[in-house]
Amino acid sequence: MKDLSAYALQLGDDALIAAQRMSEWCARAPQIEEDAALANIALDLLGQARELLTYAGEVEGLGRDEDALAYLREEHEFRNVQLVELPNGDFAVTIAKLLFFGAYQHLLYARLATAADTTLAGVAAKAAKETAYHIDHAVTWTLRLGDGTAESHRRMQAAVDEVWPFTHELFEPHPARAAESNWSAPVEPGALREPWLALVEPVLAEATLRRPQDGWAPTGGRRGIHTEHLSLLLAEMQSVHRAHAGASW
Amino acid sequence: MSGRVRAAVAAVRDPEIRVLSIEELGILRDVRVGPGGEAVVTITPTYLGCPALDAIRDDIIAAAHGAGVTEVEIITSLSPPWSTDWLSEAARAKLSAAGIAPPVPELPLPPSARLLPLVRTAARCPRCGSPDTEEIARTGSTACKALLRCRACREPFEHVKAH
Repeated sequence: MKDLSAYALQLGDDALIAAQRMSEWCARAPQIEEDAALANIALDLLGQARELLTYAGEVEGLGRDEDALAYLREEHEFRNVQLVELPNGDFAVTIAKLLFFGAYQHLLYARLATAADTTLAGVAAKAAKETAYHIDHAVTWTLRLGDGTAESHRRMQAAVDEVWPFTHELFEPHPARAAESNWSAPVEPGALREPWLALVEPVLAEATLRRPQDGWAPTGGRRGIHTEHLSLLLAEMQSVHRAHAGASW
Repeated sequence: MSGRVRAAVAAVRDPEIRVLSIEELGILRDVRVGPGGEAVVTITPTYLGCPALDAIRDDIIAAAHGAGVTEVEIITSLSPPWSTDWLSEAARAKLSAAGIAPPVPELPLPPSARLLPLVRTAARCPRCGSPDTEEIARTGSTACKALLRCRACREPFEHVKAH
């Protein structure tokens, strides 16, 4: 059960941190329509995070609910990949992150929807439909910016180059498997890399963007090692709950 | 008693699409009333993060109390996942009458073909019926609706996305 809880936790942490980052665009997006779109994507991600963290807490059996897991853990206890904690950067960086992470999530959820675990399968079946819209949004912008003006192309290429190294961590083996536990993840992350490339590479090509070389592959998020950016994100996300324990509205 | 409670709960309006009840929208999955007058209501969210769900729960509790129920338990079920396919013809007609274009079934494409080229299914203008419409924004006033414009009569309108 420890492995199952850890698995739900890492999926939930990915969604939670991605949601918090995306919500930073609220009231700051380049157009009002985009503001609504990004805020709704953040809301979808938050909805996934709530279900997954609630389940992780239930399976863990220590009485921790979604709020305890979201607000009362320290940075080194978060198990999200580093990609989702990276700053939003300019709009192109945000779109590159959404394209790469959204495609990964969509492939993962589509497979998890048929898992034996009915709770994970139920969440995944919903989330697979939602993430299809997230990718659609990211693809639309990637094409528009990549195959747009010289300046938008330059920025979109720079964003793809900047984010690409962080995509490798998405496909690392689940830690439980690495530790030779007899539990195996319902969806082995490594199996998603090929279908992910098959999704992402044609989009980059169509957008006249260069697919970066594989090389540097920063890692550690699944073991609680994070970039300097996560602590600041957590400070903002957790401070109200910690200052006013039990407050609600 | 049971029939009265069911009717009261089924009549609760969706907070974001007021022309439809939660039953017509497919959010309400089941209503059971026990021998002691306690009700168990099962609902399913349209989207996992749907912000209207808390308001819907409150409205269900108020409606059930109004119908004489003492205790209400609300179960949120994710399976089977909500789909716009569950909208009845009558519900679709109500959407159109309110100026909201109902969902258009997705083209049956394999997942690999979904991204490129981008496939868009055009919704008909709920005002003049023209199929010549364009998307202004994929996400409109709520996550489940897009904002479109009719090229024929120039009227902007909302469209419930296929989901």
